[in-house]
Amino acid sequence: MKPAPFAYADPTTVEEALDVLTAEGEGAKVLAGGQSLLPLLSMRLAAPTTLVDINRLPGLDRIEAGPNGVRVGALVRHAALLASAEAAAVQPLLGRATANVAHPAIRNRGTTVGSIAHADPSGEMTSVLALTDGSVTVATPGGRSTIGWRDLFVGPLETSVHGPAVVLDAFFPALPARSGTAFAEVARRKGDYAVCGAGVVVTVDDDLRVTAARAAYLSVGLVPEVHDLSGAVAGKPVDSADWAAAGALASGLVDPDGDLHASADYRRLLVATLTERTLADAGAEAVARALEAS
Amino acid sequence: MTTKLFGEPVRRREDARLITGQGRYLDDIGADAYAAAFVRSPYAHARVVDIDVTGALDVEGLLAIYTYEDLTGPLAEPLPVLIPHPQLTHPRTGYPLAKDVVQHVGEAVVMVVATDRYVAEDAAALIAVSYEELPVVVGVDAARAATHAVHDDVPDNVAARHHQETGDVEPALAASTHTISFTQYVERSASMPMEGKGVHARWDADDQALRVYTSTQASTSVRAAIAAKLQLSLEKVEVIAPDVGGGFGVKIVHPWPEELLVPMAARLLGHEVKWTEDRREHFISSAHERQQRQEITVGYDEDGRITALDVHIWHDNGAYTPYGIIIPIVTATQLVGPYAIPVYRVRVDSVFTNTVIVTPYRGAGRPQGCFAMERTMDRIAQERGLDRAEVRMRNLIQGDQFPYDQHLTFQDGRPVIYDSGDYPGLMAKLKALVDWDSFAERRAEATARGRMLGIGMAMYVEGTGPGPYEGGHVQVLGSGKVLVSTGLTSQGQGHETVFAQLVASELGVPMEDVEVTTGDTRRFGYAVGTFASRAAVMSGNAVALAARGVREKALRIAAEVLEASPEDLEIDEGLVQVKGVPGASIPLRTVAVLSNPLRYAFDEAAKQATQFAGPGDDSKPPVAVGDAPGLEHTDYYSPIRSTFASGAHAAVVEIDPSTWEIDVVQYAVVHDCGNVVNPMIVEGQVHGGVAQGVGGALYERMAYDSDGQLQNASFMDFLMPYASEVPPVVIDHQETASPLNPLGIKGAGEAGVIPGSAAIASAIEDAVGRRIATMPISPTELYDLVRSSADPVTNSQTGAMA
Repeated sequence: MKPAPFAYADPTTVEEALDVLTAEGEGAKVLAGGQSLLPLLSMRLAAPTTLVDINRLPGLDRIEAGPNGVRVGALVRHAALLASAEAAAVQPLLGRATANVAHPAIRNRGTTVGSIAHADPSGEMTSVLALTDGSVTVATPGGRSTIGWRDLFVGPLETSVHGPAVVLDAFFPALPARSGTAFAEVARRKGDYAVCGAGVVVTVDDDLRVTAARAAYLSVGLVPEVHDLSGAVAGKPVDSADWAAAGALASGLVDPDGDLHASADYRRLLVATLTERTLADAGAEAVARALEAS
Repeated sequence: MTTKLFGEPVRRREDARLITGQGRYLDDIGADAYAAAFVRSPYAHARVVDIDVTGALDVEGLLAIYTYEDLTGPLAEPLPVLIPHPQLTHPRTGYPLAKDVVQHVGEAVVMVVATDRYVAEDAAALIAVSYEELPVVVGVDAARAATHAVHDDVPDNVAARHHQETGDVEPALAASTHTISFTQYVERSASMPMEGKGVHARWDADDQALRVYTSTQASTSVRAAIAAKLQLSLEKVEVIAPDVGGGFGVKIVHPWPEELLVPMAARLLGHEVKWTEDRREHFISSAHERQQRQEITVGYDEDGRITALDVHIWHDNGAYTPYGIIIPIVTATQLVGPYAIPVYRVRVDSVFTNTVIVTPYRGAGRPQGCFAMERTMDRIAQERGLDRAEVRMRNLIQGDQFPYDQHLTFQDGRPVIYDSGDYPGLMAKLKALVDWDSFAERRAEATARGRMLGIGMAMYVEGTGPGPYEGGHVQVLGSGKVLVSTGLTSQGQGHETVFAQLVASELGVPMEDVEVTTGDTRRFGYAVGTFASRAAVMSGNAVALAARGVREKALRIAAEVLEASPEDLEIDEGLVQVKGVPGASIPLRTVAVLSNPLRYAFDEAAKQATQFAGPGDDSKPPVAVGDAPGLEHTDYYSPIRSTFASGAHAAVVEIDPSTWEIDVVQYAVVHDCGNVVNPMIVEGQVHGGVAQGVGGALYERMAYDSDGQLQNASFMDFLMPYASEVPPVVIDHQETASPLNPLGIKGAGEAGVIPGSAAIASAIEDAVGRRIATMPISPTELYDLVRSSADPVTNSQTGAMA
């Protein structure tokens, strides 16, 4: 369990990083927190010719929370995002989801943007990016561009970012008014990859009736999916909405696979249960926020 | 005994060192050593057709490549069958490097030595081995079906048929009022010590001698094996177990191929060589345990008393049988637990599969035996409508029946005779500890919260401290320091503390003056090893006897100096004094100096022992006939047979019927290991064992596919419980002294793990009302179970009398 030989570069500017990536071609790989990449290297499941360590790039460790959303730099660790009250105030899902990312040691090292670029459908932050309708900023030799989540995730562990490129940040839009969120997982052990996870957003109108309910799931598909569950609950007052019906709707919309830890059937059950539970919590929060604002 | 330490919860003296990074584990040794890496079989069953090393030859830093062809003399022979047995009719072992056929994924085929491990792995990756795949046998049922053979010359895949019986079971079953028959399974798990295996070898060309450090549970026997296989004289081989980061059984197996090949390479290359096992290697090339298919028929009367028990077990022994049939024997003999079974027959067919070898893992066949017996008790209770505790009570061996002969033969070849115990006492304490009789109220409270609550219990008897022997050496130095050594090894159990406690107690010295060394053949050459909950019983008694020998000699010498009778002397805080006469005393360290008559003084203290230091008795030689210089003594403890510890566990589980997550919310243990040397250490052993029991019940399994590929060979997918998954454990002690050894103690190392699967299965079954026939069980499997046609189960309300 020792990596195959590789070259190592630690550029100090984005341009320099892109130069190295350009020169090294397909064999080069960007290293940020290393929590997914280094085990792959040690097991020789990946053997990049060059690791381009971006930890010395300036300015990428910032969390910028504004009225429109939260911009998370490529070197922001999960632990920093979890601790950010400013980020939580703008988009509460960020803290709720990062609390479920592995264990403190991994959160201290692993980066939020790195886990998005890794595109693991079991990762929390890929689903949160999708649920919040977020995007990433990518630097390439041709310039900088913004890629929305729908265009970003191509398959498990695969994004549309190819060639010399560094993902500079991820942008999570703010939680809309009169809305609430919740996030929950079932994992075999505390901190493990979720067997199934759900993040939801519920929005209510001035009469505290549900106008929208959306959910994104972990570990149930090849790429993050957002499902609109409004049909089951829209128009109902929050306190009498049939969240279980929304859960049932969701379990029919997903198409999970089975693995060592959970059958596809069991994942469908968890989708239903977690949807029902998180929607109820998010609905209550939406009501509280709506009353607070009025 | 004036310095009372026996029975005290003395804090572990090794912990400060171990938890602040000051431990010296295998990989901490030999920073400049060459590194070995292995090419291992990617196939579960295949013929090795060709090994092409040319691709690796240009790797800079490559030093040597070894294949089977390079092995000479005894090294080219199969590895030893460590524990032969007449019923092991078809023993098979592998070679240090595969000869013609590989029998499991992970079997070593080529050893590479290079300047460091990275380079060694680079070279290993460039060696091309071609294989011809052969049919694969995975799992006990496939082995039993014998459509394919693991070993060509064992067509039925049966390595051994173990058979014991205490009477004629078939007529006894026929005469029973009721009988039930059922089949159940236990899955594979493994020891998984934090530190894997590892070997470091240094050849001294001038002395023509070898020093080997190995992360082992049996350094003296590794030494003998290396000497035999490398054709060295025993005194030219030293083997030392440094700090060992856990064993749990896997490191009692020896010699591992690496324990022979690394010394071989060190000798051939004239340079230190080291191999440190990585986690993937540990999964696919060390050892597993536990998989059995159990076919049980039990006869019982109206009151639920067992009249006959017939058990047929199919035990998966993996690809080879280096450790003989110890696990089948332990399962067969420990199955009967604390119960009086009038007629018992057990047959264990030990079968080959194309998987990693199966050798003892903490519990070593006992968890499976306990699972068979305790699930049988639950069945009888359900069939008779009786409280599960009551059925057990009716079958327990009673206090006036000791010594109780089960008429079976144990793993040490000696009779299974329970030396002492109080099993009804265990049950009474357990019921009180978990409030067994009022569980219905707790269940109702949980039901109101939308949760399913269930309770289960399991009892066990554990044969501990098997022989043949251990020894101890105790020496008092002129500085007052007391050196203690014993040959068996330590893997974190707290031996430094416990053996020091015993010697300090026996000798009457402060504990901080006592230094303990274990597992170093330079210090003590005779030993068996650390396994089967035997260290405290075996080495504990041996070092205590050695300390008594030292004390006797010290009193004899001091009596002459103090002009008193030895019976009138006592030793306290390192001072020998005449009882009741303050000031009439001599420090033990001075006695140590005087015990060794000297010609040459090298320091102030030594002057006291030289020939002109004082008037001597000219009528006697300085060292009497039959005596020896020095204040030291070596002694051995060799038991007539094993001593039998016992215990009872109860688990309460809470299940969320929306997710089928299983939460062990309460875990209670009543534990009897005879006289307790250090209750804190015993409780720690119980806690660790319970954690592994929870792991075996709810999390751990070796997921082989039908090609013999292990699907979860990493800590990401092989789930051991974290601290967050281990319930708080409440413990009550019962101390029933063993009459078999001087200290009256029984072993405690494995107890905690034994009843875990049985108690938790019983609790889950109680909660969900469906029969559980296979452990472990996960939430996804529980979801399948409750939707299946599995038998509904109704337990009589706890505490209800029939």
